Amino acid sequence: MSQPIIAVRSVSKAYRLGAIGATSLKEEVTRLWGRARGRGPNGGTSESKEFWALRDVSFDVQPGEVVGIIGKNGAGKSTLLKILSRITQQTSGEITLRGRVASLLEVGTGFHPDLSGRENIFLNGAILGMSKSEIRGKFDEIVAFAEVEQFIDTPVKRYSSGMYVRLAFAVAAHLEPEILIVDEVLAVGDIAFQNKCLGKMGTAARQGRTILFVSHNLAAVLNLCQRAVLLDSGSIVGDGSTESILRRYVALNSSSAHIPLADRQDREGTGIVRMASMTLDDGKGATLNAFRSGDAARLVLHYRNLAGRTLRNVQIDVGIDDAAGQRIALLSTSFTSQGPFDLKSDVSTIEVCIDRLPLMPGKYSFTLFFAVNGEAADWIQNAGCFDVEAGDFFHTGKVLSRVQGRFLIDHRFVAGTSHLATVAGS
Amino acid sequence: MEATRPEPFEIVLRPDAGWRSLEIASLWQYRDLLSLLVWRDFVSKYKQTILGPLWFIIQPLCMTLVFTVIFGKVAGLSTDGLPPVLFYLCGQLGWNYFAQNFSSNSATFIANAGLFGKVYFPRLVVPLAALVSNLFAFAIQLATFVCFYIYFKYGRGAGGFGMDWRVILLPLLVLQTAILSLGVGLVMSALTAKYRDLTHLSALLIQVWMYATPVIYPLSGFPLEWRWVAALNPMTPIVEAFRLLLLGVGTVEPRYFVCSMVTTVVVTIAGLMLFNRIEKTFVDIV
Repeated sequence: MSQPIIAVRSVSKAYRLGAIGATSLKEEVTRLWGRARGRGPNGGTSESKEFWALRDVSFDVQPGEVVGIIGKNGAGKSTLLKILSRITQQTSGEITLRGRVASLLEVGTGFHPDLSGRENIFLNGAILGMSKSEIRGKFDEIVAFAEVEQFIDTPVKRYSSGMYVRLAFAVAAHLEPEILIVDEVLAVGDIAFQNKCLGKMGTAARQGRTILFVSHNLAAVLNLCQRAVLLDSGSIVGDGSTESILRRYVALNSSSAHIPLADRQDREGTGIVRMASMTLDDGKGATLNAFRSGDAARLVLHYRNLAGRTLRNVQIDVGIDDAAGQRIALLSTSFTSQGPFDLKSDVSTIEVCIDRLPLMPGKYSFTLFFAVNGEAADWIQNAGCFDVEAGDFFHTGKVLSRVQGRFLIDHRFVAGTSHLATVAGS
Repeated sequence: MEATRPEPFEIVLRPDAGWRSLEIASLWQYRDLLSLLVWRDFVSKYKQTILGPLWFIIQPLCMTLVFTVIFGKVAGLSTDGLPPVLFYLCGQLGWNYFAQNFSSNSATFIANAGLFGKVYFPRLVVPLAALVSNLFAFAIQLATFVCFYIYFKYGRGAGGFGMDWRVILLPLLVLQTAILSLGVGLVMSALTAKYRDLTHLSALLIQVWMYATPVIYPLSGFPLEWRWVAALNPMTPIVEAFRLLLLGVGTVEPRYFVCSMVTTVVVTIAGLMLFNRIEKTFVDIV
């Protein structure tokens, strides 16, 4: 079983913007005319804007794997699922599927309100790709799962929405394809039923079925999937163990070069100093969305001194937490300044400069704290976050991507009998 | 309980796979879906109706009444020497089947947008199911026709018409009607999916088309030198052939009939090609 059951190769999908649905006849004619004159597939005419929902996506799924697909709204998850379930076609690239595919992008697709529950089970089952005899064989199980025994001959338009959803999911849950593609359908129904559905999917997974699962319910993804693929703006930006990918996903959601703080309500302190924003840059003024291990990093804190005079004996702390919320470092004026730190009334920024960032790749959040004369003036917990990407910390020309530990520590390996030699450096 | 199918199974999805992606084979796998769709049409049409399938009789009977009064009595159009009721009923038989198929098929994409956007199955199942479910209305109308036939032939002893052995060819004629309506319907479905305003055109087209087809007049009423114009319409020989087979009176020239068959094949291939092209990315342009 070394062949992947799903092989996705450089799949891209473009949508034409502005012209959705309404391709005018005129445009079409111009395009065809241009093509007839040999100006390439787009006819060389002014092209309507293209939007790439997926760009060069490649991955393999082995039989029996349960893979979560996560990403922000608009990252391309649904487009990917639609292409895999053959609802639409990719613009380029190739997909090989080695098994029957059933996709569940919505529950109750094709349910007819006038038909009874029994009739809809057959209809919906057939739409999802089951044969009549298959459905007949699972009929009792489906009805029992949906808990609608008494109403099985009632038209589904008289069902409560809960019953409707249960019946619809029950049909889908009894599909037995080799590949099951599921999109967000667990967002329906009550909690008890959701858990039942998750349980059913877990069973399917244990039976060796391959499942692709898209959900915003990160806990469900973590429970079901060993592996996750992270999409961002149409490209795969992460593929690995669910836990590590989920961490990346959380990071992706919030990091930004400029972190506004002025409107934050969750702050404490006297308010004599008020932080307005934080900018991340490379120490030379170029803003960054993410730092790199080993590079210079600078946090520029913009604040307003509301006292109208020079503030004396000021303490500024920047606490750095890892993705799990564990404090891993504290940067503080109380460590670095020799005497009391003063803030003149006209100074409006404080720079926290780190020459060579020793943090491992990952996501970090920080807490900001201002105190004047030992009294908290402005304190924002979890003020923002930043990412650290792999970098060349040791100046060896190698980018250290997966290393154990949390910190990079400058070090040397020394070997020798008579002369000391530096090993780590070159 | 059947478990997963053991046979090796591999699909490669490529953009523009062309004809290979028409997948006649997978249509066969979905035959149960086809029969269930037919049955859904049937059940959903008659739930909560009083008269149910009787509507299929009432509609052509009313039209026959109207035609008899307006075109037969008032306008005095010829009915080829046939009792007007039989003439109009027979003309409508083939035409209605064609027209119903055309309207259901030309709406394939628009009417099923929700379904097509959420689940894959060979899209061609939907128009094929429509051909089959409309066959049911056809059968009822045929039965009505036979009742009237018996009444006129034996009850009133009217002469000058009668079916003979050639009536066994009727299924072939129905098949050609089905294929032609599928082809035209598919062309229209692909066009309306892309250019939404063409839905109005398809409703208009079918009305105009009926008057261009010898449903309410016989082809024999056409001057000989102009018959070829009428025969350009592939439905003309079909409707005339319905009369020939069922009543023994009709103007069916073999060359026109061959012409109609060629048109049928060409239109159907064009329809399949267009349909195949549109179905791939239809959900993107809804």
